[in-house]
Amino acid sequence: MISDDIREIITVVLVLVSALMCFAAGVGLMRFPDVLSRLHAATKPQILGLMAIAAAVAVNNATIATFALLTAIIIFQALTAPITAHMVGRAAYRSDHLRRDLLIRDELSDSVDRAEQDGAPPAPHGTPPAPRDDRPSG
Amino acid sequence: MSPESGGRRISARSQIVLFCGLVVLWCLLWGQFTVLSVVSGVVLAVVISLLFYLPAIDLSGRINIWHTAVFLVRLLVDIARASLDVAWLVIDPRYKPSSAILAIALDTRSDLIMTWTAEAISLVPGSIVVDVDRQESVLYVHVINVADDDGLEDFRASVFATEKRLVMAIGSVDDVWRVNQPNELTRSVRRGRN
Amino acid sequence: MHIAIIVAGVLFGTGAVAALYRVIRGPSLLDRVIASDVFVVTIMCVLAAEMAFNSHTETLPVLLVLGAFAFVGSVSFARFMAKQDQT
Repeated sequence: MISDDIREIITVVLVLVSALMCFAAGVGLMRFPDVLSRLHAATKPQILGLMAIAAAVAVNNATIATFALLTAIIIFQALTAPITAHMVGRAAYRSDHLRRDLLIRDELSDSVDRAEQDGAPPAPHGTPPAPRDDRPSG
Repeated sequence: MSPESGGRRISARSQIVLFCGLVVLWCLLWGQFTVLSVVSGVVLAVVISLLFYLPAIDLSGRINIWHTAVFLVRLLVDIARASLDVAWLVIDPRYKPSSAILAIALDTRSDLIMTWTAEAISLVPGSIVVDVDRQESVLYVHVINVADDDGLEDFRASVFATEKRLVMAIGSVDDVWRVNQPNELTRSVRRGRN
Repeated sequence: MHIAIIVAGVLFGTGAVAALYRVIRGPSLLDRVIASDVFVVTIMCVLAAEMAFNSHTETLPVLLVLGAFAFVGSVSFARFMAKQDQT
């Protein structure tokens, strides 16, 4: 088994990593200019922070039950965090909560424009109609 | 939502795999693998799959352990590296916001691979899937902190690399063939089909 | 060890306060959704850090439930936004 000192150091490092991620997420929320950029800041503690802190708990309490529950938490979080991000991002794009002047390229609006020219309005809930011709402006 | 593509049939094997996944998740939640938790897990899995019927997904039935491990390890490394990148970006006082939304046409035709690719690139901080075009397998990805076209093409290449690792791990034989072709070839073939 | 706990506490606290600031000031509903998500995750991390430092596992189920709530809350708000956009 690993000695108590080493275990303590590992715990401290992992907790500090997680704390740093939460801190960076908070500052990112303050500093970033629009919803989509803030989403990027938000996904960080959700994944790396939680994994680091879960590892810290597992190091301090190495039983099968703990491992199992931590695995479940991480799998759950890893599956749901992208879904949340995608739902929020899509709602943000559709309700124009983004600053287009900060985008250096926007291929989604290209395909939406083309779809509108084809006569079909973009479906509000499903995916926008497929681009017909070549890859957008790529 | 979108119209159905592919058949309604689902092989018994992939159904069993998914069912076992539910039971294992239940056991993980309890933190024990006793007879009681397995039996209650099986009962609950039956009830859930009857009550909350979802569109059938078809596993390819092929899995490569080595490539799966490569995919998972690489995903972890990517997450760690990208997290530090974005954390640095937050603190960097010279940060000038500049992002982009890219349309990325994947090679695969499978819903499952597309979903997992989207999950994987959304999990890595710095890129989020904003919208999906299921018929054409196009992901619309929002990327943060890209300054020029080179950065964009680098990112596009990294998404293709993720897709390729994933297909090598659990994709069907057809998809493996597809990702091993030069990208331009398979994509133009698919565009022509429509 | 004590220094580390204090540093971690300060970092967690600053992150949580910044997220709360965004919840209160957020120009749009979606900003608030994201910020509250970050806030919940920060709480999860703090709970887990306390568990790691005191070597117990009593609040693990709380983490799971918090994660579930954060997910359901964010998704329902995002769907609500999409509906509102339609009209």
